[in-house]
Amino acid sequence: MAEPAIKRSDESSKIVDEGIDKGIARLTPEKIEQVINKVLAAETGARLKTYVETCVHCGLCSEACHYYLSHDNDPKFSPAGKVKQTIWEILKRKGKVDPEFIRDASRIASTECNLCRRCAMYCPFGIDIAYLMSVVRRLCHMLGVTQLYIQDTAHSHSATLNQMWVKEDEWIDTLFWQEEEAQDEISSLRIPIEKEGSEIFYSVIAPEPKFRAQLIYQAAVIMNAAGVDFTMPATPGWDNSDQCMFTGDYEMMGRLKKVHFETAMRLKVKRIVMGECGHAFRSVYDVGNRWLAWKMPPIPVTHAVEFYYELLKQGKIKIAKKYDKPVTFQDPCNIIRGKGLHEKARYVVDALCEEFIEMHPNREHNYCCCAGGGVINTGPQYKMKRIKGNRIKAEQLFATKTRGAKVIIAPCHNCHGGIEDILHHYGLDMELHFLGDIIYKVMEKPV
Amino acid sequence: MHDIYNFVSGPLVWVSFVIFFGGSLYRLISMAVLARKKDVFVYEYMSLKFGLRSILHWIIPFGTVKWRKNPLFTIVTFTFHVCIIFIPIFLSAHIILWKESWDISWWYISDTTVDILAVVVIASCIFFLVRRIVLPEVKYLTSVSDYVILAIVAAPFITGFWTYHQWAGFRVMGIIHIIAGEIMLASIPFTRLIHMIFFPFTRGYMGSEFGAIRHAKDW
Ligand code: HEM
Ligand code: HEM
Ligand code: SF4
Ligand code: SF4
Repeated sequence: MAEPAIKRSDESSKIVDEGIDKGIARLTPEKIEQVINKVLAAETGARLKTYVETCVHCGLCSEACHYYLSHDNDPKFSPAGKVKQTIWEILKRKGKVDPEFIRDASRIASTECNLCRRCAMYCPFGIDIAYLMSVVRRLCHMLGVTQLYIQDTAHSHSATLNQMWVKEDEWIDTLFWQEEEAQDEISSLRIPIEKEGSEIFYSVIAPEPKFRAQLIYQAAVIMNAAGVDFTMPATPGWDNSDQCMFTGDYEMMGRLKKVHFETAMRLKVKRIVMGECGHAFRSVYDVGNRWLAWKMPPIPVTHAVEFYYELLKQGKIKIAKKYDKPVTFQDPCNIIRGKGLHEKARYVVDALCEEFIEMHPNREHNYCCCAGGGVINTGPQYKMKRIKGNRIKAEQLFATKTRGAKVIIAPCHNCHGGIEDILHHYGLDMELHFLGDIIYKVMEKPV
Repeated sequence: MHDIYNFVSGPLVWVSFVIFFGGSLYRLISMAVLARKKDVFVYEYMSLKFGLRSILHWIIPFGTVKWRKNPLFTIVTFTFHVCIIFIPIFLSAHIILWKESWDISWWYISDTTVDILAVVVIASCIFFLVRRIVLPEVKYLTSVSDYVILAIVAAPFITGFWTYHQWAGFRVMGIIHIIAGEIMLASIPFTRLIHMIFFPFTRGYMGSEFGAIRHAKDW
């Protein structure tokens, strides 16, 4: 009558991932039991217990999850289904699980859940599945089982305090280089480095200097045009990203946020303004600060969307000619369900673009891009999983395209990564931009 | 038979009430203490205003996107829940028992209405049962305990209905009914029926996080 506990899937064994394979090879059932029970006893409490005991197994959360919807309603991908395969089983067996169980648990928690929190809005009890999946990731981290690619970024965080092994001189060079480039366009433009007492510390994620330096260029143009008093540090602490939050390496997460906040303090700025990244915002505003026992960040943090909203609202940037292609807007989980910036984002889009077409669902109810929560960082082996796990996003975008949208605006790096792959795989011919790209195109620039 | 009746409708009622109230209080306090010890920040983030805001949306039929998306389920679960809470309290047969032992009484629902509502509850339980067997996403989450809980909840209604209609063996059924009612009450603190006690806290906490920190709706 009842379903058997778990059918082992052969899915995770198909993927070759050294981080996982080697980690698993080192495990013994005794070690697993010991680590699991230690971590559960030390770090979990009322929330874990209450969530597990309150869940009435009603399945109402299922349709919240893009993985579930994209896999033809396969219950293994439902939010509670993922908890069943991991936490319930771990608790039931009191940590006595074998290494292969850990392999599956890691796959489920790290590559089949984006911690997007959409399901919290569909479960009547508000059970925090994202938290439960984070607990599984933490257990895997403590067992030394983490996907190689994301573990590499975590190593980079711990060695360099940025995500992409960017060396200190490379960072400074990149800023100089972008400043020089931008001076060809606006001769008076500056990217002030280490300017103590500035209003704003502008922080970015490491992939910006590494692969998308033009974003720093554009930000500099916007800042200069708006006459904003900003600075960027020359020292580690400039990177606001945080993959350690996603691997479950919370000690490192704490270090990263500490350096970030301390850099802001050292520069004596009034606030941190962050580029268009969602996960970094989650880390700085919501998760990392808590690990450091700050209820709210010790210094105000403003996401780019909110910052652009201020600049436009106060008339600090003027629009020369509105963007004329019809656009739609991807609401990123971490700044919508994470900060409620949806209306401000729409104000910005309306100010910049002639025609705006909503995708459905939207705002808090938008589907995740399936790249966030560290999933895209688990590496190319998992790319197809991400793409197949978000067919529903392709359908959502296709429907929006049918209604006329040609351009997707997504103010988040992860959303970009995820949606780019989806557009490509499902053959959706749509453009994808950051808000900054559009502002840069349509704004009045000084000379 | 009379002795058994007296026993189950006397001391055992006491026992079940003590277990229900005592057990629920124990579960609440131990959750609060554990949270104080291990998840202190829950206290920091819990917000009365935003917690209640979320709870309110969720206890109003069709008050959330989720409820609107599943109208049939919403109607069934709301009727079911309202009935299981109100029938035992506002049933004349029950009130007579209170009157006899404590000389207290209050407004009651007419017997015909209760009769109909009892059928509605039983039908809802069948709906939940069928849903559990038929819908893959619910079936996947189901363990034997889910059927047991459903049976525990359905039993007092089936047996009470039986007794009221004085069908075959209704005297024995009356006793079984009382025991079934007591089992249901007593099992609330120690099964997933605890969701009744924890709902305001889990929902309230999510509402607080979403409302106060994340400035977003969670419904
Ligand atoms: C808490 C769970 C209980 C529920 C849900 C419940 C429900 C019901 C229902 C649905 C009826 C039938 C009404 C009708 O069909 O018109 C009923 C009748 C009755 N219940 Fe309960 N009951 C519960 C507990 C109890 C307890 C603990 C007692 C005794 C101490 C009790 C004593 C009775 C009696 C005496 C009747 C009347 C039977 C008759 O009309 O001959 N019930 N109850
Ligand atoms: C006032 C407090 C209560 C609240 C807020 C509440 C809320 C919920 C919610 C949200 C569900 C999830 C699925 C659904 O809606 O059916 C549920 C299911 C359920 N509730 Fe309650 N409940 C409460 C009290 C009770 C009580 C007192 C009982 C019975 C003793 C009960 C029995 C059940 C059962 C059996 C289910 C499972 C249905 C299934 O098998 O899918 N609930 N409840
Ligand atoms: S991906 Fe999002 S909706 Fe799906 S289980 Fe994870 S947090 Fe919930
Ligand atoms: S909706 Fe909530 S209570 Fe129902 S199965 Fe999902 S997590 Fe459990």
